[in-house]
Amino acid sequence: MQAGTVRITGAGGDEIEAYLAQPLGATPHGGVVVIHHMPGYDEATKEITRRLASYGYAAICPNLYSREAPGASPDDAAATARAAGGVPDDRLVGDVGGAAEHLRGLPGSNGRVGVIGYCSGGRQSFLAATRLRLDAAVDCYGAFVVGDPPETFPLAVKPLLDQADKLSCPLLGLFGAEDRYPSPAQMDELSQELTRLGKPHEFHTFADAGHGFFAVDRPGYRPLAATEGWRRVWDFFDRQLGA
Amino acid sequence: MCTYVTVKREVDGSGKGADGWFPVSHTCVYVDHPTHAPYAHTLNIDFLNPAAGPGARVAVELTEESALALVEAIQAALAAAPAGLASRDQQV
Repeated sequence: MQAGTVRITGAGGDEIEAYLAQPLGATPHGGVVVIHHMPGYDEATKEITRRLASYGYAAICPNLYSREAPGASPDDAAATARAAGGVPDDRLVGDVGGAAEHLRGLPGSNGRVGVIGYCSGGRQSFLAATRLRLDAAVDCYGAFVVGDPPETFPLAVKPLLDQADKLSCPLLGLFGAEDRYPSPAQMDELSQELTRLGKPHEFHTFADAGHGFFAVDRPGYRPLAATEGWRRVWDFFDRQLGA
Repeated sequence: MCTYVTVKREVDGSGKGADGWFPVSHTCVYVDHPTHAPYAHTLNIDFLNPAAGPGARVAVELTEESALALVEAIQAALAAAPAGLASRDQQV
């Protein structure tokens, strides 16, 4: 594979940083936009991007904090973005859309592009799939797709359940049974709404796993859930993004 | 979970970051995933100077018990000194 930092055009025509990993060889392949978690465009997320390339996809992770903190270390950038109020939804959609267009323009692209996001990026993956033309979306434990935030949390984000009818592609949801945000009950509610709307989706909730079970560098990592979760991701992307 | 909630305050003082001392103008306090502390969630404090860029930052990640102990320690230290001694209006 080949991996490195590139510049792409994001929301509002802004040039932003992104990490691109892609397989070598001329076989046409699908692409995946990776949406990093709130702690930022970090080493673990770049590893996820390379992992997707090792499975045969062109993968790109836009640095959602490019504007607030160009060149800063990921944790400083995340702190700066948090202090500024976080990533606005419209800007997120523009940045993911720019990343998707970049993938479609690569020489080996088969024209199909999916999105995967973790934690806050899980909600943003769902959001992107309601606003952009995509071929697959994966939501890994994104909070506040469903459910009003608790009254004690004056969140800057809004639930997205009322946008579910706009989903442009099949959705894979991967959740932890011990997570509270999102809770298994909230994901049941989302699944029922998607079924009612006739939106193709498959959800998997893993026992003995809470929030962040894919994160190998954090204490919430659960190897069994993560291994099975990755298997579900490959299966889903192979079906939705294959040539 | 990502709480997204950030309690921000303007402050006046100095902090020592990766590139040495700098004036601190803001703090952000929030409960969320730590970058380094071996817990799923911690009380995090960033001492910042946004005008000096993202690198002007002193960060701590504390357990709930540690954060409350810090609050008590700050209050105890201030109570042990004459009122106004460390005020921004102090006489130098």
